Amino acid sequence: MNEATTSQAEPITGPTLETRPEIAATQAKIAIRNLDFFYGDNRALKSINLDFPERQVTGMIGPSGCGKSTLLRCLNRMYDLYPGQRATGEAMMEGINIVDPKVDLNALRSRIGMVFQKPTPFPMTIYENIAFGVKLHEKLTKAQMDERVEWSLSRAALWDEVKDRLASPASGLSGGQQQRLCIARSIAVRPEVILFDEPTSALDPISTLKVEELIDELKQDFTIAIVTHNMQQAARCADRVAFFYLGEMVEVGTAAQMFTAPRELRTQQYITGRFS
Amino acid sequence: MSTTLLAGPHKDLAAAGQLGRRRKRTDSLMFWLAMAATVVGLLFLLSILVTLFWRGLEAMSLTVFTDVTRPPGSGGGLLNAIVGSLIQTMIGAAIGTPIGLLVGTYLSEYSAGSKLGDAVRFVSDILLSAPSILIGLFIYQLLVLPFGGFSGFAGSMALAVIVIPIVVRTTEDMLTLIPTALREAAVALGAPKWKMIVLVCYPAVRSGLITGALLAVARIAGETAPLLFTSLGNLTWSIDMTKPMGSLPVTIYTYAGSPYADWIALGWTGALLITLGVLAINIIARVVLRQRS
Repeated sequence: MNEATTSQAEPITGPTLETRPEIAATQAKIAIRNLDFFYGDNRALKSINLDFPERQVTGMIGPSGCGKSTLLRCLNRMYDLYPGQRATGEAMMEGINIVDPKVDLNALRSRIGMVFQKPTPFPMTIYENIAFGVKLHEKLTKAQMDERVEWSLSRAALWDEVKDRLASPASGLSGGQQQRLCIARSIAVRPEVILFDEPTSALDPISTLKVEELIDELKQDFTIAIVTHNMQQAARCADRVAFFYLGEMVEVGTAAQMFTAPRELRTQQYITGRFS
Repeated sequence: MSTTLLAGPHKDLAAAGQLGRRRKRTDSLMFWLAMAATVVGLLFLLSILVTLFWRGLEAMSLTVFTDVTRPPGSGGGLLNAIVGSLIQTMIGAAIGTPIGLLVGTYLSEYSAGSKLGDAVRFVSDILLSAPSILIGLFIYQLLVLPFGGFSGFAGSMALAVIVIPIVVRTTEDMLTLIPTALREAAVALGAPKWKMIVLVCYPAVRSGLITGALLAVARIAGETAPLLFTSLGNLTWSIDMTKPMGSLPVTIYTYAGSPYADWIALGWTGALLITLGVLAINIIARVVLRQRS
């Protein structure tokens, strides 16, 4: 199982629950079993088995095109927007299979939020941006909404910078502020899981640092999954790291173990920069 | 060896000079050709505008706006024609714009490469460049003959049919400019597709949509052919939508083709009014676009 094999006879599976006792001990918020993903006829993800422990940061690393973003986007069913994309298998969250076609997508997305690579403020005021998601799922009074907006912006470390201009357009913020606004927007609906898809690749180093500090705070309350191209970021932010290559999950372990003593040859080669 | 190297550039310089001069001549020629073409184009435009203003101002007075059209030799104005144009243009735009908006939204958000979407787009583009007289004839068959008479309503419908493909095109073009990330961000928060479209996409391109609608209005304000067979024209005061209704373009057509000097003068005034109206709409559209962006 640990040799670098190219599958022809049997599908490659990653380490399973039985062979990784350290994961079984932690509560898995989302447990992925035998997940396949298809772009049309192209099988982009091959029998993925991966757990996302509760209130921990799980990082997903790997070279371009390895499927890490694809897997992340499976978790909140973004692929539903595009005909021809489908997933089979299981992604269990508290008894619900996320990839089951019968799942209520809007309810699912209120429990699993996503922050994208490019900051995407809506064409509205800062206040309305935050309130947008909340209004989709809850009916709050003005006072309650004000409180929720303040709470979200505070958790996203943005409140002090914008508290005097909540009624100004969100597009007037800087790139780093816009990304923190997007994070605040995702937090405002009080999800259980937040997915980060390369959240800092479009930001300057100072903003990147702020976002990473934010993620460190957020994991106290939310389960976090982060896809990153930047291995140092994965080493800094993640508790557990999964390495993907060509649609398979090659290895998963604690961040310390993955970056100092990986079990798989391919992992070691990627981490030492043999290929990217 | 160094002397040959030094000698080289001098010879090249002369040849380069000749090449440079030829290039400069070609450059110059292209520039002046472009200028000449611009001047020719502008000349036509300017001569039209100058003629319009010169002839149009001749009969311009307050009466034009306060009095209805009267028989030749009795003075009169263009009030019924102006009001008729306003009514039919407004109603035509009010009917055509929402339909165009929804079709454009369908093409951009829901059709995604389907055959039906391609067919709709194709038909819309054909309709966009269809001769407007054909649209007039079509509405004539549909709304004039069965109901036994020309009407302002039929005229409005003919204008609406002209508005639809214009708004479809501008709506679809504007909506496809929206980055996918913005759509995905709205959906990721749990918004159903229609809310994503109405609450995020439309506001994102609001100024473009408004501009599209205004340009459609500017286009139908000056259409004559579709009104000839639908609202026919009316030289008396009438705001009854079920009866023939006057409009500026048709009145100009009637007046300008007549042998009466005062009618011809009023025809020029009407033409000037349409031009000024369309100019005003275009300026407003640009101001709106600039303000929002």
